[in-house]
Amino acid sequence: MHIVSALLIGAVFGLGIAISGMANPAKVINFFDVAGTWDPSLIFVMGGALVTTAIGYRIVFGTRSRPLFAKNYSLPTRTDLDARLIGGSALFGVGWGISGFCPGGAIPALGLGQPAVPVFVIAMAAGIIVARSALSPMLSKTASA
Amino acid sequence: MATEFTPFMSLLGGFLIGVAAIALMALHGRVAGMTGIMAGILPPAVSDWQWRAAFLAGAVIAPALFLFAGGTVPFAVPVPVWAMVVGGLIVGIGVHFGSGCTSGHGVCGMARLSPRSIVATITFMITTGITVYVMRHVLSVGVA
Repeated sequence: MHIVSALLIGAVFGLGIAISGMANPAKVINFFDVAGTWDPSLIFVMGGALVTTAIGYRIVFGTRSRPLFAKNYSLPTRTDLDARLIGGSALFGVGWGISGFCPGGAIPALGLGQPAVPVFVIAMAAGIIVARSALSPMLSKTASA
Repeated sequence: MATEFTPFMSLLGGFLIGVAAIALMALHGRVAGMTGIMAGILPPAVSDWQWRAAFLAGAVIAPALFLFAGGTVPFAVPVPVWAMVVGGLIVGIGVHFGSGCTSGHGVCGMARLSPRSIVATITFMITTGITVYVMRHVLSVGVA
């Protein structure tokens, strides 16, 4: 049952991404191109998603002590601001600016059948695997040395 | 390449993203962050990969069904193929170290007022803006 639920929730997410314009690299890049062909649409995507989620989370956490299909809420608990968070996020922005794709935009875009999308997704998956299995251990070794 | 300003569809899409984020928290107790969900099914996969795979499948199938049902999704890639490869690699490395992306930090984390997510989101919005400016107006990559 929880698998079907995840599938349907993923579908709502993917449909939202697709109709919002987040799956369209041209639109994403134009959102950031204030000095050129600016398209402010994405402020409505992010604003709409953020306000909806903020209100919804408040109601969920305020009325339900645990999720339906799990023992508890899995929430990140860290509050420290470290170099990995800031450096990684800065790097992510560079890649987003180069390609016009963020992970949440690219995965639903796979459903559009456009050949550029799998190229990005495979490269992104490779990037995560390389970072996790090679770069992360290397950085930890440097930090402790 | 200009794109049409679509405030209504973008707001509706954003609302659906929010509904999905709320449902994933209320039913599964999980943050709807594409980075975390996806990283969990990449080798070595985590033990609870099944719901992640289902979420990802749904996210891919829905836009395909929408197209099949006659919907239109404007799509254009204004950059060359190398930008997909290089951009994809950098995004993958960045979201791993940054522990999240637009959905995880920008929507779910910001909605919880997480200081890490607020700092992450501000950081990547700034570097994306700078990168787009450099790519378009300094290096003149792709079609503007």
